[in-house]
Amino acid sequence: MKDIKLKRYHGASWAEPLIMELGRKGERGIIPPKADQEVRDTVGEASSLIPSNMQRKEDANLPEVSQYHVLQHYLRLSQETMGMETGIDIGEGTCTMKYSPKMHEQLVRSDKMAALHPLQPEEHLQGILEITYQLEQFLKEISGMHRFSFQPGGGSHAVYTNACVMRKYHESRGELEQRDEVITTIFSHPCDAATPATAGFKVITVMPDANGYPDLDALKAVVSERTAGIMFTNPEDTGIYNPRVAEYVKVVHDAGGLCFYDQANANGILGIARAFDAGFDACHFNLHKTFSSPHGCEGPAGGAYGVREELAPFLPVPLVDFDGEKYFLDYDRPLSIGKIRSFLGNLECVMRAYAWIMSLGADGLRTVAETSVLNNNYLDKLLMEIKGVSRPYAEGKRRLEQVRYSLEQLKEETGVGTEDVRNRIIDFGIQGYWMSHHPWIVAEPFTPEPCETYSKADCDYWAAAIHQAVKEAYENPEFVMNAPYNQAIGKIKDPSVAEDPNKWAMTWRAYQKKYRKKERE
Amino acid sequence: MEKKAFVHPYIPNSVPEVREEMLKAIGVESVEELYAEIPDHLRFKGKMNLPEAIPSEYELKRHVEGILSKNTTCKEYLNFLGAGCWQHYVPAVVDEIVNRSEFLTAYCGGTYSDLGKFQARFEFYSLMGELLNLDVVSEPTYDWGTAAGLSLRMASRITGRNEVLVPKIIDGDRLSIIKNLCQPETMSHHIAVRFVDYRKESGLLDIEDLKRKISSKTAAVYIENPTYLGCIENQVEEISRIAKENGALFIVGVDPISLGILVPPGDYGADIVCGDIQPLGMHILCGGGQSGFIAFRDEEIYAAECPLALYSIAHTDQEGQYGYVEVLAERTSYGLRDKGKDWVGTASGLWTIGAAVYLSLMGPQGMREVGETIIQNANYAKKLIGEIDGIKTLFDSTFKEFVINFDGVGKTVKEINQALEEYQIFGGKDLSKEFPEFGNSALYCVTEIHSKSDIHKLVSALKEVVK
Repeated sequence: MKDIKLKRYHGASWAEPLIMELGRKGERGIIPPKADQEVRDTVGEASSLIPSNMQRKEDANLPEVSQYHVLQHYLRLSQETMGMETGIDIGEGTCTMKYSPKMHEQLVRSDKMAALHPLQPEEHLQGILEITYQLEQFLKEISGMHRFSFQPGGGSHAVYTNACVMRKYHESRGELEQRDEVITTIFSHPCDAATPATAGFKVITVMPDANGYPDLDALKAVVSERTAGIMFTNPEDTGIYNPRVAEYVKVVHDAGGLCFYDQANANGILGIARAFDAGFDACHFNLHKTFSSPHGCEGPAGGAYGVREELAPFLPVPLVDFDGEKYFLDYDRPLSIGKIRSFLGNLECVMRAYAWIMSLGADGLRTVAETSVLNNNYLDKLLMEIKGVSRPYAEGKRRLEQVRYSLEQLKEETGVGTEDVRNRIIDFGIQGYWMSHHPWIVAEPFTPEPCETYSKADCDYWAAAIHQAVKEAYENPEFVMNAPYNQAIGKIKDPSVAEDPNKWAMTWRAYQKKYRKKERE
Repeated sequence: MEKKAFVHPYIPNSVPEVREEMLKAIGVESVEELYAEIPDHLRFKGKMNLPEAIPSEYELKRHVEGILSKNTTCKEYLNFLGAGCWQHYVPAVVDEIVNRSEFLTAYCGGTYSDLGKFQARFEFYSLMGELLNLDVVSEPTYDWGTAAGLSLRMASRITGRNEVLVPKIIDGDRLSIIKNLCQPETMSHHIAVRFVDYRKESGLLDIEDLKRKISSKTAAVYIENPTYLGCIENQVEEISRIAKENGALFIVGVDPISLGILVPPGDYGADIVCGDIQPLGMHILCGGGQSGFIAFRDEEIYAAECPLALYSIAHTDQEGQYGYVEVLAERTSYGLRDKGKDWVGTASGLWTIGAAVYLSLMGPQGMREVGETIIQNANYAKKLIGEIDGIKTLFDSTFKEFVINFDGVGKTVKEINQALEEYQIFGGKDLSKEFPEFGNSALYCVTEIHSKSDIHKLVSALKEVVK
């Protein structure tokens, strides 16, 4: 490992009380407008307008805090959040933690975006409808698909939308009762299994073969006249691209099923490979991952869901269309699944994706993809030199934009597992990494994704942090198991709180009942 | 190597020399070699047909602003549209905090590195819990419709029953979301959605019809308060009692900004409460500020069946210090995939922080006062509009929305709204297709942002328009 000096980082530490513990009775954070005297004289007291049994008897037990101190409190909490932009967030793989341009935020905050009501007449939404329409054209080009809906409020929601579209498609053909099974693969995101189950399908999960690819023979064995479709990822969360993906698609198509391509992992293949060309009927992109919308502590997010022509009639209503003169909302879609989210979706994510693609163009998008793959293979080179780190499956095959590594050897040799290492690396000023969705097919997993945002120096630093944590594990396992050290708080004392109804407290009032009562007794 | 260098501000490693160094370190000649796993027949040949890039930030900003300028905003026009996306005042401090880089860009960092995120979320759950008078509040989902649908699915699992009763007066879009979540009839876990009628004069639930429809098959009785058309449902104790007598859960959808002055649903027997926190400090954002929540009593069965993430406060090894842990994480789709409870995924997390800041600023007095102003303004507008010749307003009680019927003026809502645009007013949502039984009607929303003169402007414009 190259000689990299790790930072002497310490997380901001304010020992900040809960907001419920701040302020004094009578303090005010803000004063809302009062109804005009004439208004009050005309309609009377508010209480006279409420049926007596529906009047709130006691004010809500909310804190009373001055404006300065509310601001100060939340500023401190923001400082106690490493987030994505201050730490090097290479670790949250499958999440594509890329830079979200600040200029976009200025536009989102402007009245021309923030002060629009989704039910305004179309003539007054021409700007945002144009952007939505144009983004659809871009994504059609990027995926090869025929139509897109931006109604889903996140990636998993787009995947759920697909399950609803598959359902409606088979229903429209009178085959839904027969086709009640959806197939997915274990290295596809959990939503590829969970959302079709929610939509009412039985879910069959195909496990990997010895090389880490979804087992083609296993797929052939489970495909039948009951197959509604397959929903899976490529490259999967392992970063392994399945070169025979078109054969899988054919197997399912031959059985009359539909094929959905979960493109949460699209960052490495923009302009390189397209869902349509591999035969897929539908796909989705995460506007908050691949297309730069900030992750916002898990949303607001944008799921862009795209389909082939045959499936377009089933998309949620409305779609944004253009008649040559003006943009309009098309509700006249009798086969549509209806609504899966209110209004038009998170159009702030649509606007950011539009701006991001416009900044880069076709060449830029390709550079994004190539750089993410370049970064990943560079980081891979560094990480694979570290004792205790391994990269299961597909030996000798290149990963694309991310890799699922294993610290199994480290765990066997030192007792230090991936959660411990995750807790240790944050002490070097980088965000904790994503381990893996469950179940852990890869033992003691971690899944970095050094997308195009990160520099060579970032990759070097990140690998050096892993190297240091592993080195410490071999020298003094206890030390790593007790990490982190440089954060705002110490270790959680009793993790069983998470499982024990007598101990958990999901609000401050519940905490008061369960703990303060005991203290008083 | 690439034919020409394309160095972009978002891509540090687009510098050719760096790429060369990295390729050398990897031991390949070109990036192309790294794509060896993608076979030729799956490769996209040629160049994507996209507009020419605008890499200059300034030029790009001008370009996007140019397009956005074609929008008319609810600040340029006076807006009376609501229907689930409501224009309220957003305090400056809320904007300041939700736009903090740390919150805006954080994702799945843990309790140690992202402590502040977890604390802010916990404060959101706690403040909402006070507003609702309930001890558990979930991480958010996409919107109210999804929260309602997931609540109904929870009820079905908890009771082992597969029929739910919902009010006939419900937002058509919300109903569509719910129905998608309840699956078509032919599917094995289909939940039948049946409607409870309303009383024509009051717009409130028809209790007799509820009694007729409820049975041992009913998993839940779902109502909304205020109702979709703005009325204050006051038969809540009776509805709750009827639901419980029949072994069904009582689910209440609420507009949380009403709860400074309306009884919290925890007080009238709600087993599960859902709704949207958009009114608590989120901009209307063309519908991008929506964020659904689910809340319930602190009982294991509810937590075990809730599909959304739940977090608990937890002591650390230092006295008086707290961290946060995910409750029953195993039950979610992240834990059990298709065997988990429905699904959970990235939805609208930032808005919980916005709502926490909002409720902290407002405090008990602020929430009461804003509720008072809203209900007074809305009832004032309703009264004045109802006095216009040919116009009727429907139903008695109103929180912030009310129905205006134009049957007596011989013009459609569409025509009236088009005419109002001449006065720079966005009229209410057209209900004529959604609820044909109300004739030529529209749903108007009036909040604390409307001044007396705004209301007078609407009233005089309506007088002109219906002449």
